[in-house]
Amino acid sequence: MPTVGVLAIQGDFEEHRQMLEKLGVEVSEIRLPHQLEGIDGLIIPGGESTTIAQLIDIYHFRDVLREKIEGGLPVWGTCAGMIIISNKLTDHRPEPLHLMDIEVSRNAFGRQVDSFEADVQVDDIDGPPFHCVFIRAPGVNKMGEGVKVLAKLEDGRPIAVRQGHMLATSFHPELTDDTRIHGLFIKIIEGSA
Amino acid sequence: MAVDVNAETGTFRVKAGLAQMLKGGVIMDVVNAEQAKIAEDAGAVAVMALERVPSDIRKDGGVSRMSDPTMIQGIIDAVTIPVMAKARIGHFVEAQVLQAMGVDYIDESEVLTPADENNHISKHEFKVPFVCGCRNLGEALRRIGEGAAMIRTKGEAGTGNIVEAVRHARTVLGEIRRIQGMDEDELMATARDLRAPYDLVREIHQTGKLPVVNFAAGGIATPSDAALMMQLGVEGVFVGSGIFKSSNPALMANAIVKATTHFRDPFIIAEVSKGLGDSMPGLDIRTMPEDEKLSTRGW
Repeated sequence: MPTVGVLAIQGDFEEHRQMLEKLGVEVSEIRLPHQLEGIDGLIIPGGESTTIAQLIDIYHFRDVLREKIEGGLPVWGTCAGMIIISNKLTDHRPEPLHLMDIEVSRNAFGRQVDSFEADVQVDDIDGPPFHCVFIRAPGVNKMGEGVKVLAKLEDGRPIAVRQGHMLATSFHPELTDDTRIHGLFIKIIEGSA
Repeated sequence: MAVDVNAETGTFRVKAGLAQMLKGGVIMDVVNAEQAKIAEDAGAVAVMALERVPSDIRKDGGVSRMSDPTMIQGIIDAVTIPVMAKARIGHFVEAQVLQAMGVDYIDESEVLTPADENNHISKHEFKVPFVCGCRNLGEALRRIGEGAAMIRTKGEAGTGNIVEAVRHARTVLGEIRRIQGMDEDELMATARDLRAPYDLVREIHQTGKLPVVNFAAGGIATPSDAALMMQLGVEGVFVGSGIFKSSNPALMANAIVKATTHFRDPFIIAEVSKGLGDSMPGLDIRTMPEDEKLSTRGW
């Protein structure tokens, strides 16, 4: 079984840890860059993207994260994590890691009173539609040719995208009991999806 | 916003979920857009917009109310992190106004003068989530029963004295541990003694934790104070007067953010605590007259 790191500098990393433990994988909470050694994949959780981006710089994560992920370390960003791994933001801040070929808008669906839940069909997982929880969620505006849409809302906006070993979701699978997308990420790590 | 026909807004999951995203973070009191930007740049996960920080409310006396919407709007426009604002205990119209303005979280707060001495706001029907203060588990569970999606200790706001926040956190977390170890037969009597909804007491017996995120507030003035509360078992901190009443707010704000992330690492806490200048002046709560305590407001 692979060891999955969860970036644990701010946000709902605990919820991701619990989901991964349900699937029986080793979990490592990453608070400092040297802790990235020995993991097979990394989740960047939900949280406040401005705060997470600042702490990434304060603790000198930026270069090592870029190097490892560009070198093939599988990564999955949920909500704030999607913002962090994107190539470009429509906002002037925060500074993303410029990894995945997507342009992202923060709070694309409105403020907290507009946060919502919806059932959406997600490609690459089996079974019924996934119950997606969106909290001040980001949206994907544009994407490069190598990026595949795994799920979109009825209005056509993509909410789950994949580019090879990089996965990003606007919503929070870790706030549900459904482990299917965590399972998909483990398959990506193992090279079987 | 019809993004999807089956989309549902204002559910308890999205309300409690925002608090989950704030975990491990610091929420800072700010009184204008300029302070809000300093807080955001220092790494705050959210700001609390209010007209006066608690230490000034304490000094000025009089009736303290919801802040002027113009000032709250100025802060909403200035930052991209969530903006919280305070409504008086029981003042559901102030809450309606804050919701209409698009505030992201409402603090039904004892720092303002209560509007209703018997009843807190029924928070279920609002789409905007609420955070409420507590001194013990019964109070926390009553607020959750009314629909609060996040809990914080009351502490004693505006004192720069951590003693009450410690007392409240230890009380809540100790009572949770006690319930977890009980026999099923003892839960109803405990619900009676705590004056708490039985279903929530049962849930705590099963899970060993509150059903919502639990932060510390009231008296946090230094990076070590923040880390102390985190080590006691809360999931994040509110800092009120402690930042903008210190001699170097930007530095203090950033130091408290770092100490909250690395709350178990005394070397990092030592490093960030160096050269911060003066913390806010503190007050001794033991000599404070009972009627000046804010934490006794609400029940």
